[in-house]
Amino acid sequence: MILFWLIVILMAGSFLAWLSSRWSSVAPKWIALVAVLIDFLAAASFWIKIASFNYPAAGNTLIAGNKGLWFTELNWMWIPSFGISFHLASDGLSLLLVMLTLFIGVLSVLISWNEIQYKVGFFYFNLLWILAGIIGVFTAIDLFLFYFFWEVMLIPMYFLIGIWGSKNRIYASFKFFIFTQSSGLLMFLSILGLFFLHGKATGVYTFDYMQLIGTKMAPNVAMWLMAGFVIAFIVKLPAVPFHNWLPDAHTEAPTAGSVILAALMLKTGAYGLIRFVLPLFPDAARTFAPAAMILGAIGIIYGAVLAFAQTDFKRLVAYTSVNHMGFVLLGVFALNEMALQGVVMQMLCHGISTGALFIIVGALYGRIHTRDIEQMGGLWDKVPRMGSMAMVFALASLGLPGLGNFIAEFLVLAGAYQASNWTTAISTIGLVLSTMYSLRIMAKVFLGKPRKTWTLEDLNLREMIVMGSLTIVILWLGLFPNHVLYVSRASIQSVVNTVNASSTAAGQANTLLQDLPLDKTEKKNDDISLKQKDRQKEQIKIEEQIKTEEQLRTEQQIKAEEPIKTEEYMKSEEHTKGGIRQ
Amino acid sequence: MLELLWMVPALPFLGYIILALFGGRMTKGISAAVGVGMLGLSALITIVIAISFIASPPEGYLFLQTLWKWVDVAGFSPAIALRLDPVSLVFIFIITFVGFLIHLYSVQYMEEEDSTWYARFFAYMNLFVGAMLMLVLADNLLLLYLGWEGVGLCSYLLIGYWYKDPANGAAARKAFIVTRVGDTAMAIGLFILVMAFRTLNIQEILRHVPLVWPVSSQAVVITALMLLGGAVGKSAQLPLQTWLPDAMAGPTPVSALIHAATMVTAGVYLIARMHVIFLQAPEVMTIVGIIGALTLIIAGFSAITQFDIKKVLAYSTISQIGYMFLALGVGAWSAAVFHFMIHAFFKALLFLGAGAVIYALHHEQNMFKMGGVKNMLPLTFWTFVIGSASLAALPLVTGGFYSKDLILYLAFTGEHGSKLLYFAGLFGALITAVYTSRMVFLTFYGHEKTHLHNRPGPVMEVPLIILAVLSTIGGFIELPGTLGHFPLFSNFIQNILPSPGSGEGHEGIGTELMLQIVAAVVAIGGVFIGYLLYYKKPETVQNFKQTPSGQSLYKFWLYGWGFDWVYDTLFVKPIDWIAQVNKSDVIDLIYTAIAWLTRGFNRMFSFTQTGRLRWYAMGIAFGAIVAITIVVFL
Repeated sequence: MILFWLIVILMAGSFLAWLSSRWSSVAPKWIALVAVLIDFLAAASFWIKIASFNYPAAGNTLIAGNKGLWFTELNWMWIPSFGISFHLASDGLSLLLVMLTLFIGVLSVLISWNEIQYKVGFFYFNLLWILAGIIGVFTAIDLFLFYFFWEVMLIPMYFLIGIWGSKNRIYASFKFFIFTQSSGLLMFLSILGLFFLHGKATGVYTFDYMQLIGTKMAPNVAMWLMAGFVIAFIVKLPAVPFHNWLPDAHTEAPTAGSVILAALMLKTGAYGLIRFVLPLFPDAARTFAPAAMILGAIGIIYGAVLAFAQTDFKRLVAYTSVNHMGFVLLGVFALNEMALQGVVMQMLCHGISTGALFIIVGALYGRIHTRDIEQMGGLWDKVPRMGSMAMVFALASLGLPGLGNFIAEFLVLAGAYQASNWTTAISTIGLVLSTMYSLRIMAKVFLGKPRKTWTLEDLNLREMIVMGSLTIVILWLGLFPNHVLYVSRASIQSVVNTVNASSTAAGQANTLLQDLPLDKTEKKNDDISLKQKDRQKEQIKIEEQIKTEEQLRTEQQIKAEEPIKTEEYMKSEEHTKGGIRQ
Repeated sequence: MLELLWMVPALPFLGYIILALFGGRMTKGISAAVGVGMLGLSALITIVIAISFIASPPEGYLFLQTLWKWVDVAGFSPAIALRLDPVSLVFIFIITFVGFLIHLYSVQYMEEEDSTWYARFFAYMNLFVGAMLMLVLADNLLLLYLGWEGVGLCSYLLIGYWYKDPANGAAARKAFIVTRVGDTAMAIGLFILVMAFRTLNIQEILRHVPLVWPVSSQAVVITALMLLGGAVGKSAQLPLQTWLPDAMAGPTPVSALIHAATMVTAGVYLIARMHVIFLQAPEVMTIVGIIGALTLIIAGFSAITQFDIKKVLAYSTISQIGYMFLALGVGAWSAAVFHFMIHAFFKALLFLGAGAVIYALHHEQNMFKMGGVKNMLPLTFWTFVIGSASLAALPLVTGGFYSKDLILYLAFTGEHGSKLLYFAGLFGALITAVYTSRMVFLTFYGHEKTHLHNRPGPVMEVPLIILAVLSTIGGFIELPGTLGHFPLFSNFIQNILPSPGSGEGHEGIGTELMLQIVAAVVAIGGVFIGYLLYYKKPETVQNFKQTPSGQSLYKFWLYGWGFDWVYDTLFVKPIDWIAQVNKSDVIDLIYTAIAWLTRGFNRMFSFTQTGRLRWYAMGIAFGAIVAITIVVFL
């Protein structure tokens, strides 16, 4: 139920905020803030509740009907005749992203406090709708519902850019809309294709994710269906060459819009790849993986070089997203646990660090009304607090150890290296390039000689609260990444296992066909799959070890608490989980 | 007492946090008290730990302290854990103790800054020391990498400390980016290790490498090369040495810290620490030795031509680290660490001495505008001479003699050694002696050219005295076979790093004595040459400089053998060019073209919509004809 309430509270808040703007221009802000804060606290307390139990055991495989991974689930009939249900659920991965959404949500209400003076009520209405849509995207596991939320978050964002944006906002909002909408349509076609394919094969026509997993399909069909999803997601991500909506949309949007775009909306693309593309089309994903990794590497390098060239501060930060999201694409298609966990970290850390940079850009623009870095310089003297905050997040975006982004990039690269060493080695050059653009920000804006004499105030208390909390979070993620890695571990492992399980199945099918004389290439493939099997065996061994260790630990805990009930506990691990699931 | 280990890095970090958060509102006195105090405490704890470590060594000369689990993914689980053994003990002692002296010295040196800047200075300095301590105490390579990048960051912050001058900012960025190039190579090395061993724990890697990777196998060679890439970046060795001379843009105590206690020795530490990998890859060991030899000669020649006293010292550091790399390349691990220690003493001393002169002469750094400082600042003069003697390795009485001699001896006789490397080292020693004496004569002798502006107080002088004492007696803890054979230091280190496997047995004491005499003669000869060329008959050099070939050679050496120019043409300019050309993103043209085409079609078709009935009628008729034709004829 909590997921339902999270969405409903935001939607109710949005209408209230809009209505209240008839009587007061202050009320919408407060209503929005309260609504998001309630949501945030609710989600946080839910997380704490989960964390006090043990996270689901590792080593699950996603198979049709397996419900073991969800912390909480809600399944209502919606349009039963088409097999559409209002099916929300959250596992570790979605929980983390929901937390990120609400955290950034609170901050984006705070940063719009003074910036937005025009149509305040309608602004917060849109803002809360976007957040609700994003939470829906992260928790919907009915594909139709997912697509529904995908559109829900798109339209208010179109308004946000088109109404409250800067000079070139109409162009930017159109571009944003067309890119996402057309790619979204491709995804919808794929969803329908999957729906009919599964219906024909099994007689059950459904959009339910858990049932669609494992649908058998011919390789080329899988490739086409996957393409629809992949295009929608990598346009959103964005990957080169589909990134062109991003710099315009980010640059023209109001600060809160840029923050939400960068911190949250890009993550829906990454989330979609992990949640849908890999489990639904494991074989096709494996075929596509090398190409996708190369696309990721291109994104890393190309985005960084473009960021380095920009003179518009906001556009510069926008292009850094292209650079950082390259790591996501690289990691997702490395198809191993280390890289995928790195991707989860990267999603969170990029949300925090790039969001923070956009907030700084916005704060600066509010004071000096220009984004041209050629006119800035030497601002540290006047705004030391802003300067040091900018320094922290410039360092985060270049991947300084101690801050979260380092863990993310290291895990992605170390994991990706195991999948493809050359692609990864080239991507690693991105670390040098990201240093170049990050230091350029500091050099042009805050250090050096002042080029103009600006009079401006340093960050005020409200802004310091925003930036301070972002700093604490990025440090926390950098020093104690396990707090989030453990949450997403089971989800990620299940995805990896699903992909690998299908690969061993394919391998077995190959060995059955071995009556025919083998040529050399096939032999090679066999060797590789054998190696993979060995690796899997090792993995399984390790996982078993971990499992037994965990069991031991929980047993000890239980023993310490309730020495008598041990046997009962041993029978049902579900017991604890069932309790959480509601 | 060893349990206190975590406080050694924690205290400087704490100092940083206090100064960063509240430094703006502190008076200079409090800032200095926090900055210096934290380091002083850290140094005290280190000494306590050292005493208890030596008095009752833990099992296997190894003490581990795990603070918390850092990352835990797919069986790869590095922790935030500290590791103390003889090597890291030597390093933390130098870092905290020399670091403390430098901090103390800065209290007066930086007094002209206003209080926010003053606090910022000490904040960065504390962070620098903390990061370096993490580097040498890390029990796994991921944590080491944290310290590794941390010192890179702090060098950036401190070199660009006077950020209002864009040139300082450029130097700072150069330091960060050039070392990051090396770091990237190192990161790839770490990826290989993670893939092969699922761990970055130093102890486990050292144990597993010889079992899993055969000698000279591709994996071990690439890994060693990648780690070497990281090491040459941080340690300013060929081909990534270009950032260090520019790094002189920072305040002088920063240079002392970078050169003596932190940062540039990180590469030496890394190679010594991961020596097993290098032993499995003898080709790479040879490369390490060659890099060291080339660097020490190239940097030596550049040092001769500099006119900025700090740049002389910068090149001399590059050159001295070259000796350490040479030592590493011939497998003389403990000799490298020993030279690191002695070098830390005398290089800190020289930088602080140079700083005292600069401070006294109102920020004059050009040696040709100094002169006669001997009488103005006698104490600075004498301590500086002691440091210089150690740098030039004057025989018997200086620490530098013992450490450098050990390296040369092992290069000559060791099993990985080679005569070529030995002669390179010997030649380097000659150059070292020449540029050292040149520096002393130009700065302190001759007639006075700039007047005394400030006088260094006791806060600045006490560190000079202590360092002067240490750089003299520091050598006596490792006496060679000819002088009583008292290898205290290498015995201590050899608990953790293997002995160089030198021919101590089969090469007699005669060889050793002969090599020492040669080294001594070379050093004294070099000083004499310096005396002749720069004090007795300076016109010889001046005349040579006037000739065209002399002029171009001078320029070539002055600008560091043209490396900067090469990198500029090969990397900086092309990247800049591509970035500028593609600023508005070519890929966007595709989408603009699509939009343009769509609009074109729109225009074409809207042109047909005229509202005139006969056009429409004609259109229908024409369409009908076409349709009928198709039906009938096809």
